[in-house]
Amino acid sequence: MLYYIAQQTINAIQLGSIYALIALGYSMVYGVLVMINFAHSDLFMLGAFACLLLATMLPVQLPFVVILLLVMAIIGLLGALIERVAYRPLRGAPRVSAIITALGCGLVIQNTTLSLSPYPKYMPELFNSRTLTFSGLTITTLQILIIGISFGLMVALDFLIRKTRYGMAMRAISFDVRTVPLMGIPVNRIISLTFLVGAGLGGAAGMLYGLAYPQISSGIGILIGWKAFIAAVIGGIGSIRGAVLGGFLLGLVEVMAVAFTDSSYRDLIAYSLLLLILVFKPYGLLGQAPNQKV
Amino acid sequence: MRAFFESLGRSRMALPILVVLGFAFCVACEFLPIINTYTKGVLIMVGINIILCASLNLVNGYMGEFSVGHAGFMALGAYASAVMTIKWLPASVFELPLAVLFGGTVAAAIGFLLALLSFKTRGDYLAIITLAFLMIVKSAVENIEYLGGPRGMTPPVLTNLPWAFFWVVVTLWIIRNLVYSKFGRAITAIREDEIAANAMGVRVREAKILAFSTSAFFGGVAGALYAQVNFFIDPKSFDIVRSTEILVMVYLGGVASLAGSILGAVIFTLLFQALQDLGTWRMVVMPLILVLLMIFRPRGIMGMKELPWFLPKRELFTKRQP
Repeated sequence: MLYYIAQQTINAIQLGSIYALIALGYSMVYGVLVMINFAHSDLFMLGAFACLLLATMLPVQLPFVVILLLVMAIIGLLGALIERVAYRPLRGAPRVSAIITALGCGLVIQNTTLSLSPYPKYMPELFNSRTLTFSGLTITTLQILIIGISFGLMVALDFLIRKTRYGMAMRAISFDVRTVPLMGIPVNRIISLTFLVGAGLGGAAGMLYGLAYPQISSGIGILIGWKAFIAAVIGGIGSIRGAVLGGFLLGLVEVMAVAFTDSSYRDLIAYSLLLLILVFKPYGLLGQAPNQKV
Repeated sequence: MRAFFESLGRSRMALPILVVLGFAFCVACEFLPIINTYTKGVLIMVGINIILCASLNLVNGYMGEFSVGHAGFMALGAYASAVMTIKWLPASVFELPLAVLFGGTVAAAIGFLLALLSFKTRGDYLAIITLAFLMIVKSAVENIEYLGGPRGMTPPVLTNLPWAFFWVVVTLWIIRNLVYSKFGRAITAIREDEIAANAMGVRVREAKILAFSTSAFFGGVAGALYAQVNFFIDPKSFDIVRSTEILVMVYLGGVASLAGSILGAVIFTLLFQALQDLGTWRMVVMPLILVLLMIFRPRGIMGMKELPWFLPKRELFTKRQP
């Protein structure tokens, strides 16, 4: 029994690290723009498809790291493009317009992919995975790789946000967006950069997801991407560390729900957890309530 | 000519006459071979969409909240009515009205609960709650064997054109009266500024409960009518795509406008039928329209405007916004 739980915990860490990577993108965008980028989950899905195309369509077999970097670059640029085309014209508009636009962009991406590729596709094996056994517990090298890459990206992001000028500018924008331009900070460029980085992480998560669960379809955006959104909300959307915490928490809850109940209850439990947290802690575990002025 | 239209616009008799004529036409269609079955089906869908659009407009337009969970209420109404007609009620004349009322009531009860959740949160977080509600309804239905699980249910075809027309009139009548009552002003005040409204003595909680429950009730009614005309319902027919369709109708026709709701629902349904050949690309076109609308005309065609027929007499000559 204890082995079973320990084994499931390894799976939970794998799933949780993917959730956390996607959730970071949601949280970063919310931090600087105070808007929910619903299209992010579909960028995650496109990450998996971009990896599939890069791995199968090119005449030469690219090394793993190159594919990862290319996927991140492509999806990152796409995220920045969406911001430029669809979100920037609405910067001053009512908040509801921005949410609807984001929802619409997400559905456009998702259904375009569905129309172009109606049937699920299978990810080729990019990485020669071996199974290791430690005193009864099994872990594949692929799992170690996925968890390692996720943690590496998270540490890199933390460094970017805490130690660089760009990160300082991002934090400044989320602190007070009106004063920031007065300090000579190019707000538009920083926002574009935020979308680039956030979407890039989402794309990387899509690729890692494709490696871990090789069947990919246009539906994984809703299936996995929106779960990551729940993770971001549970952790307190806008908070970077909250996103990571929420990702691992949700991964744990889901894997345990599947391990101990029927797997069809997975969505029900995840969304009920979201509802419960929002009722009792409306701004998430690590989030701050905004000051409302009259 | 212009004077004729202006006097027609101000005429208080035009709308009742139109309603009677419309109802007579619907009854005639039911018994005489005036239009074929396909056209009848499209007209019923127009009616159902008007109900959905007007009821969502109450929350999203007049109250200015953002709910993406309307398909969830539709699902509740559809399943409640399907259980009624398939399992509980014997076939009779009262089967459909009872099933539709029951569907609406179940949806309204859950809408009441959702309103309680909306006290603490608003804006983005309320959108998240309605999203979670939609997902919970969908996966709950998928897990209940009594409701057919993922396989869905096959309720009998009971909805006909007169009934659809009747419910459209009832919906518009009730929502119109609500919007121009004391509660309607409270709802509009919440849209403009919730905190200020509270400070001015508006009973914010009562208004929210009323708006959410009414909206949910008619969402459920529309779902029930849909279930009794479509012959087949499953959890997948009430997912986020369905919610987006209703949102497109609301924001296409115009926020905070009943005439806009009718216009949006009619345009959307006809466009949807016309684009039948596009297949799944249709689901690309619809959200694309929504995005373009938000960028270029965020309030829709009739946003914040109303046809004079729907305005109460005392507001006909004032310039006040609804």
